[in-house]
Amino acid sequence: METLELIRLNLLSPMVLAFVLGILATLVRSDLTIPPAMYTALSIYLLLAIGLKGGAALAQTPLTEFWRPALATLLLGSAIPLWSYVVLRRIGKIDIANAAALAAHYGSVSAVTFIATQAFLNGAGVTFEGYTPTLVALLEVPAIIIALLIAHLNLPNEQEPEENSLRRALHEILSGKSILLLLGGVVIGLLSGPAGLELVAPLFVEPFEGALTLFLLELGMVASRRFGDVRKAGFFLLGFGIVMPVLHGVIGVFLGYVTGMSAGGSTILGVLAASASYIAAPAAVRLALPQASPSLYLTASLAITFPFNLIVGIPLYYAVAQRIFGG
Amino acid sequence: MEIVSLKLVVIVAEAVLEHQLVSDLNRLGARGHTLVRAEGEGQRGMRVGGLEGGNIRLETIVSGEVADKIMTRLASRYFENYAIIAYQSDVGVVRGNKYV
Repeated sequence: METLELIRLNLLSPMVLAFVLGILATLVRSDLTIPPAMYTALSIYLLLAIGLKGGAALAQTPLTEFWRPALATLLLGSAIPLWSYVVLRRIGKIDIANAAALAAHYGSVSAVTFIATQAFLNGAGVTFEGYTPTLVALLEVPAIIIALLIAHLNLPNEQEPEENSLRRALHEILSGKSILLLLGGVVIGLLSGPAGLELVAPLFVEPFEGALTLFLLELGMVASRRFGDVRKAGFFLLGFGIVMPVLHGVIGVFLGYVTGMSAGGSTILGVLAASASYIAAPAAVRLALPQASPSLYLTASLAITFPFNLIVGIPLYYAVAQRIFGG
Repeated sequence: MEIVSLKLVVIVAEAVLEHQLVSDLNRLGARGHTLVRAEGEGQRGMRVGGLEGGNIRLETIVSGEVADKIMTRLASRYFENYAIIAYQSDVGVVRGNKYV
């Protein structure tokens, strides 16, 4: 399939259209709001559901097939924050705290972008490795820790956060609901196997795309409330929020290819590398690096990179995968 | 019935600080607190519930001495970088020894 055709297919999916509807709702100042409790419930549902499916698939995956992509994921999680920090400091002339905060977000991963990619691949009839949710969990944490350490080492002493704030931030990431539900779901899926998944499939498998559609409606509203900040963030950040994901996406797809993943799986690894966190990283960074400005890092990851990946990135990385795999 | 004068300290802050603020209150001598989720607007921009966490409103009734300690702690640790306000007022309670 041509790249443009893929983009069209992606754009006309109910999930992406719901995201656009959310943007519109904010633009016309609609009274539509998703109740916070519903948002929380949906995010719990989505994270546990992909964990369960991933675990059931992992139960049937030999370890020999899994360790290479897992290693590549950890490599991405460690390298992306390092070079992102250098680019932000040298080219963007961004101060230490904000550069480290942005590096944490771009090194970490967006679970929702991952979920949308699975839906896209399913819609296009492309198969992919079932263990990919485990990769999401692997990629989420290292970048945040590395970026916080960079800030810790480079900030002058008087600006350094209280020493226990780093520990608090670590606790926040590791005990945060995204890691807990993802890994917990994987373990439950792994132990109960495909037969166990079948028991809960009417709740956790079939309605999944519908729940994702509702969730993206809310995300569209949240993202578009930040569009006004994009102008304040400046051209560099706009460019950074689009160029870096494409670069990381291509590297991710290539690493997927090298480590023996399928074209679908490589697309997912590309998306994971390209996506920027906006749930786990902001909470951790806010605690450990309070002097960094949320209106920079949340705007970049939520109002620039997330919509870009959702609308253009996902089909683009799949097109790159098709090229590399010669399909 | 004896009415005792104490201080009511109210803190409105971004929700991410919840655990830290509660542990600060306990450490500085507050014997209890009330916490509600809140929404609002201020100089650091609007936060609403859901994704961005919203705000919390944390209330505690303490002695004047503890109220001072709480305000000092908030000023030194949080005021510079976080979205947070705090204020205290005089209140009268029955069972004064419950709070100090």
